[in-house]
Amino acid sequence: MSNVIAELKYTNKHEWIKIEGGKAYIGITDFAQEELGEIVYVELPEIGEIFEADDEIASLESVKAAAAMYNPLSGKVIEVNESLEDAPELVNDDPYKNFIYVLEYSNPSELDELINADAYTAFIESLEE
Amino acid sequence: MNSYIPHSDEDIRSMLSAVGVQSIDELFNDVPEELRLKQDLAIPEGMSEEEVLRLIRKYASMNSLGTSYLGCGSYDRIIPSAVSGIVSLPTFTTAYTPYQPEISQGVLQAIFEFQTMICELTGLDVSNASLYDGHTAASEAAAICFNQRRKSKTLLVSPTVHPFTIQVLKSYFSDMGFSITVLPEKDGMPVFDSLSSYLDSSLAGLLVQSPNIYGLLEDYSGIADTLHEEGALFIISSDPMSLGMVKSQAEWGADIAIGDTQPFGLHQCFGGPTAGYIAAKEKLLRKMPGRISGQTVDIDGNRAFVLTLQAREQHIKRERATSNICSNQALAALTTSVYISLTGWAGIQQAAELSYQKAHYLAEKLTETVGLSPVCSSPFFCEFTVDFSTTERAEKFLSGMKEKGIFAGVHLGAVSPGREGLVAIAVTEKRTREELDLYVEAALEAAHE
Amino acid sequence: MNERLIFEKSRKGRRGYFFPACDIPENEQTQSLPDTYSRCTVPELPEVSEIDTVRHYNQLSRKSFGVDLGFYPLGSCTMKYNPKVNEAAASLEKFTELHPLQDSSTTQGALKLMHELTGYLCEITGMTWGTLQPFAGAQGEYTGMKLFRAYFTQKGEMQRNNLIVPSSSHGTNPASAHLAGFTVIEIPADERGMVNPEYLEPYLNDELAGIMLTNPNTLGLFETDILAAAKKIHDAGGLLYYDGANMNAIMGKVRPGDMGFDVVHLNLHKTFSTPHGSGGPGAGPVLVSERLTPFLPVPDIGFDGKKYNFVWDKPMTMGKVSGFNGNFGILIRAYTYIRVMGSKGLKKASEMAVLNANYLKTRLMSKYELKYPGICKHEFVLSASRIKEETGITAMDIAKGLLDLGIHPPTMYFPLIVPEALMIEPTETETRETLDDFADIMIQLAEQAYHEPELLHAAPITTPVRRVDEVQAARKPVVRWRKESN
Repeated sequence: MSNVIAELKYTNKHEWIKIEGGKAYIGITDFAQEELGEIVYVELPEIGEIFEADDEIASLESVKAAAAMYNPLSGKVIEVNESLEDAPELVNDDPYKNFIYVLEYSNPSELDELINADAYTAFIESLEE
Repeated sequence: MNSYIPHSDEDIRSMLSAVGVQSIDELFNDVPEELRLKQDLAIPEGMSEEEVLRLIRKYASMNSLGTSYLGCGSYDRIIPSAVSGIVSLPTFTTAYTPYQPEISQGVLQAIFEFQTMICELTGLDVSNASLYDGHTAASEAAAICFNQRRKSKTLLVSPTVHPFTIQVLKSYFSDMGFSITVLPEKDGMPVFDSLSSYLDSSLAGLLVQSPNIYGLLEDYSGIADTLHEEGALFIISSDPMSLGMVKSQAEWGADIAIGDTQPFGLHQCFGGPTAGYIAAKEKLLRKMPGRISGQTVDIDGNRAFVLTLQAREQHIKRERATSNICSNQALAALTTSVYISLTGWAGIQQAAELSYQKAHYLAEKLTETVGLSPVCSSPFFCEFTVDFSTTERAEKFLSGMKEKGIFAGVHLGAVSPGREGLVAIAVTEKRTREELDLYVEAALEAAHE
Repeated sequence: MNERLIFEKSRKGRRGYFFPACDIPENEQTQSLPDTYSRCTVPELPEVSEIDTVRHYNQLSRKSFGVDLGFYPLGSCTMKYNPKVNEAAASLEKFTELHPLQDSSTTQGALKLMHELTGYLCEITGMTWGTLQPFAGAQGEYTGMKLFRAYFTQKGEMQRNNLIVPSSSHGTNPASAHLAGFTVIEIPADERGMVNPEYLEPYLNDELAGIMLTNPNTLGLFETDILAAAKKIHDAGGLLYYDGANMNAIMGKVRPGDMGFDVVHLNLHKTFSTPHGSGGPGAGPVLVSERLTPFLPVPDIGFDGKKYNFVWDKPMTMGKVSGFNGNFGILIRAYTYIRVMGSKGLKKASEMAVLNANYLKTRLMSKYELKYPGICKHEFVLSASRIKEETGITAMDIAKGLLDLGIHPPTMYFPLIVPEALMIEPTETETRETLDDFADIMIQLAEQAYHEPELLHAAPITTPVRRVDEVQAARKPVVRWRKESN
């Protein structure tokens, strides 16, 4: 069973979101990294770029698969996890510690669209059935 | 019947019975009745191998060859004898793409070596297993630029790029919301004055070609810096043989180098197969199209090669792939690798220098003796263009020369509207001085008939 | 162990080839290039003798595997025997030395061959006319999608942007459609493994561009509802694209044109026996129905009753796809094959390809699962999922076991709708004995999974290298040799 952390918010596209002030730390869930297998490359967005919700913003590649990350909240990229450039495997090692990027979100009402840990757990259980 | 289908009547009978059906037709019962072909295909009856060869030889004899001064992207060059024997080895010719690395190390290593050779020649960091040809390589390079610069919509193209390359680019991109914008031309050269007016985030990059469509060498001093200020990319297409003398793409500051490896060991063969090459700066590696062979280790720790970065490709990313290309011109690329291995850098320099000397010798003699001089004073490599003013006069000259067994040049007007009367003459290391003198002699008659 | 790189065999001053000395007298030679244009950097290229070069590549060829070496049942790739007469035909000097821009009066034989080949391919597929320019199947698909677009643009229906692709399709299909600017809609297979015309219903509107299909599909099954599907698509104003990768199953039996397809590509390197060349060059001609002919690429090849010529005057053309005439050398080989086979031979090829596939399937069904039963066409897809569940041995392990026994594995993990898929295409050129040997080996490997799984986990052990670390290759890409690092 994949690890889900109670304090975080989630999407059903397997992203986790941690809100701190006006900033959102965004990464992929344990379930997502397990599905993907050994990650060999993370394509990061550029700092300063502005994205709408649901825009494709980053992608993760394993040897035999590629997965797009869809931005959960509209806003501007203010930080990316540069250590992933040389060590993409960090996402496998600890997906919740290693965020992908940080967003200064512009539309707080979009936060209501995110789901909590219980709902996400139920969602991935439904997938595993 | 022919020898490629080994089944005896007894084989067929026993295999049908093992499957549990009565007849071959029963194996096609799932095809709706109204769709089944009721008559034979209207294709001639099969023939023995010998009869077919006789027929094909007859077709071949309907073509004719001459002493060739034709260029424009395909050249009659010397091919070392050792090349054909190597590239017809059956495990090279009859293998599929090397998906099973354990039994494909030979092919994978050959690709790795090809990639290295292309990087060394162009001066760039990374390359791939090859593309279809030099023209489609331009489209793949353009796609890298549009991908890398997400908001970009325009690719600037020099007017002196091969017209077919520009046509291929337009058919690839112009119905996709991208603009292929051709710069103005003066004296056989692109005019870069307006370059700065295009410099914004909508510009993906600039594609140029040297030697250009007239055979002229272009000067790109300062162009890369101008483009890079805005982050736009610089693509240079070059005949790889010219790289034996002329500045490499990296020396001009290019981000992407492209071209066609035909001059390196490949027969002209009516235009194909050849191999397109592409090389780029390291930062563009994951945007590269097509197959890439990478070095790694096997479980015993031995060096091994494998197709790598496959997550870019169509069979994994499907509709999100960087390109739909799923083959390369592997055997043509191998041919080029073998050629480069045999000639080495010294050989490439020698062939380039020979071509350069002979082309200049012919240009000089034509100027002195016939009064046919190159249209521009800019330096050229092994191809130069003379002006007959009209299509009629150009064609008359060429057909007069053809009667003497000389394919004297390519009438650019025939492949590129607006260039009527211009004839591009290519001279390679294969032409002898005797042939060049014959050209001059024949031209004296043909030009003044 | 691996062969040293040719760069590592290099010794300064060695040469494998010398061009003739310059025969232009020194006093008539030209000055060298101005500095602005002169190359300054010296590339590191191998310096090796001729015999070292010959040996190097011969060694590499021994570490490769081709149809000439052994059975190659790679599904969807049609690895049939490549007749040697094709090579003899393609190596005639008056073909190999032709310049692509020679005056057409000097290339009548080449143009005649291309004109006739286009006609034969149209007859085989039931289409009207076509282009031989595309270099490969994927480029053929792309050309086909551009033809769709040109057609809709001309009709003023630019909003037709939805392109349906079954989930079992080749990966190139959605990639080609996407690159041509279409929005890809994947539809699932029904319980028979087929396209169900009902599933098309939600997309039958004025945004529909069309559908891309292979028939038989990638499970090797004939799409029996094709006529109903074609009618629905056409009634909604859409077009049908036929991916010809599986044409080897149906030559002379049934034609895509008669099924209702508007655009077809063929893979000459599959169905028409031209060698795959370790991944190219191939050829992907595109054939179209009457209403799409105005949009075909330029130049077309025309015949006025006396002379063959290039036709550039096509006002509605989609443009140019390749620089010159596609892979002409491959076209000669395919033409030669068609003339040797003739109409009856082509039909027999498909019949025997289907017989071989059904025979092999029958022999293997007991040990491997067949998720979609029934008569197959030229290929079939087995699943090793029961073996995996019971022993932990995967389709990949079985494949690696085959390598030790001198057989190229089937296509694995495709189509995506079958778990632990092994996609097997024997082709018509294999004898019953070869099929029996392969079946025996596959059965033996399935049994080994239960009794000696460790051997399969370890396989291969007899190959030049063993299982390779693909993760390292992708994480820290080394895609070229560099002098300083050696």
